Amino acid sequence: MISNYLTEPVHYGLAIVLGLLIAASVIVSVLRMNDTENKHKELADRVKSWWVMIAVFSVALLSSPLVSVILFGLISFLAFKEFISIIPLRRADRRVLFWAYLTIPVQYFFVATGQYGLFIVFIPVWVFFLLPFRLLMAGQTDGFLRSVSAISWGLMITVFAVSHAAMLMKLPLVGGGVGGPALILFLAVLNQGNDVAQYVWGKLFGKHKIMPAVSPKKTWEGFLGGVATTTVMSVLLSFFLTPFSIPFAIAVGIMLGVTGFIGDVTFSALKRDLKIKDAGALIPGHGGILDRIDSLSLSAPLFFHMVRYFYYGG
Amino acid sequence: MADKMIRLLRALFYGVIVRPVLMIMLGLNVRHLKRLSIDTPRLIAANHNSHLDALVLMSLFKLRDLPRVKVVAAKDYFCRTPFLTWFSINIIGIIPIDRKNADKTQDPLTPVVEALDAGFTVVIFPEGTRGDPEQRQPLKYGISKLLETKPEIEITPVFMHGLGKSLPRGEALLVPFVCEINIGEAVHWTGDRTVLMDALQNSFDSLAAEMEPKEWL
Repeated sequence: MISNYLTEPVHYGLAIVLGLLIAASVIVSVLRMNDTENKHKELADRVKSWWVMIAVFSVALLSSPLVSVILFGLISFLAFKEFISIIPLRRADRRVLFWAYLTIPVQYFFVATGQYGLFIVFIPVWVFFLLPFRLLMAGQTDGFLRSVSAISWGLMITVFAVSHAAMLMKLPLVGGGVGGPALILFLAVLNQGNDVAQYVWGKLFGKHKIMPAVSPKKTWEGFLGGVATTTVMSVLLSFFLTPFSIPFAIAVGIMLGVTGFIGDVTFSALKRDLKIKDAGALIPGHGGILDRIDSLSLSAPLFFHMVRYFYYGG
Repeated sequence: MADKMIRLLRALFYGVIVRPVLMIMLGLNVRHLKRLSIDTPRLIAANHNSHLDALVLMSLFKLRDLPRVKVVAAKDYFCRTPFLTWFSINIIGIIPIDRKNADKTQDPLTPVVEALDAGFTVVIFPEGTRGDPEQRQPLKYGISKLLETKPEIEITPVFMHGLGKSLPRGEALLVPFVCEINIGEAVHWTGDRTVLMDALQNSFDSLAAEMEPKEWL
């Protein structure tokens, strides 16, 4: 029974994640043993939150494709809400934001029903066209450009981009029966693992600052160590979670390492501009949901289209 | 028996409906929640932006503390029908305040004093009416008059931001924004009304400054 269960690639993948999480918890509890100054409290909070996030993610992934799509829809909702709560907007934008929220159920409806054509044009074509119109109907031209840009960018990042992770669910099965949930797991593990790896490499060996004006803690050592780790992980996981060849898995690993970094510093720049440290406080030890998915939102569409182009008939 | 039933309904209302809905729809970002203790009856003084304020503030208390907390609320809004009146008073836990009669025949704070005497902690809005959403109003002096007669009462200031953006006065359409809440240290009566009002105002100012609210442009 158990061994039968583990032959499913997704179960195997989740078992690995669980193992890593247990290892992290053991390390943290050792660190916390003589931690009278509470130096590792944030780290402990972080790991605790990882348990919750991974539990939610696993339940969604294992229950049904629809539940996974709803979970990603919820992530988009929470992320967009956080986004509009930290950027400066005008009172006149309030009702427009209500319409902007409504794009979330529509976009995820297209995901759930697998309507790729509408999924890919709804926000970049239709919402792109209608949103400025609805905004000008509010009748206030002062600050129009700022509001249009901010809301559009917010929707692209928190809804359009994030929905690509959910759309992986709808990529048709090929070859060895490897399907959507495995690809989602692959993306999530590499993307989130890349964040952790860059952080750990940076903590251990970080010396040369890579982008001091935007993110003073980021170093070349963290970046390169992270990309290398992610690439190795990509190759290892690709054997049972994906149909990828080894060269392709290497390319994907490098891509996810680099774009994860870019997503991270992009949001750092945004937060610096707004003079805030975290986008929210939803996830103890991590900040807001935007702080957690910043790198995912930029990586997900790139990963989706790379895989779709090379493995699912373009 | 009926009392127990109502307590249960109230706990269910806040625990099963209000909290989860607020958590997902709005998201409450609360700082210094530990300062919201109700060991002895006290006043919780909050700024006022939205009809949601009362529900949000009540949802911050532990379920087992809820039976000892009440919140003042506008009679003309929360007591529009007999059922709503019953629901507002027993389940939400409001003390209805008649705003129209406010400064005339009866001191509007009388029911607050009665509740404090009965051992309740009371959530009040010292800015009075909500005013323009997210625009802070000068504090009303009524609260200091109250403390003059009951100097043992502490005031815990609570500053909220975001609800006036989500559901401002006169709007029926809820647009979710994250709600930020900052709870201050208790303010005590020192024997002078101006000193008390200044202390309260300063506390609100520093709570607001600490969380740097994003006002409308």
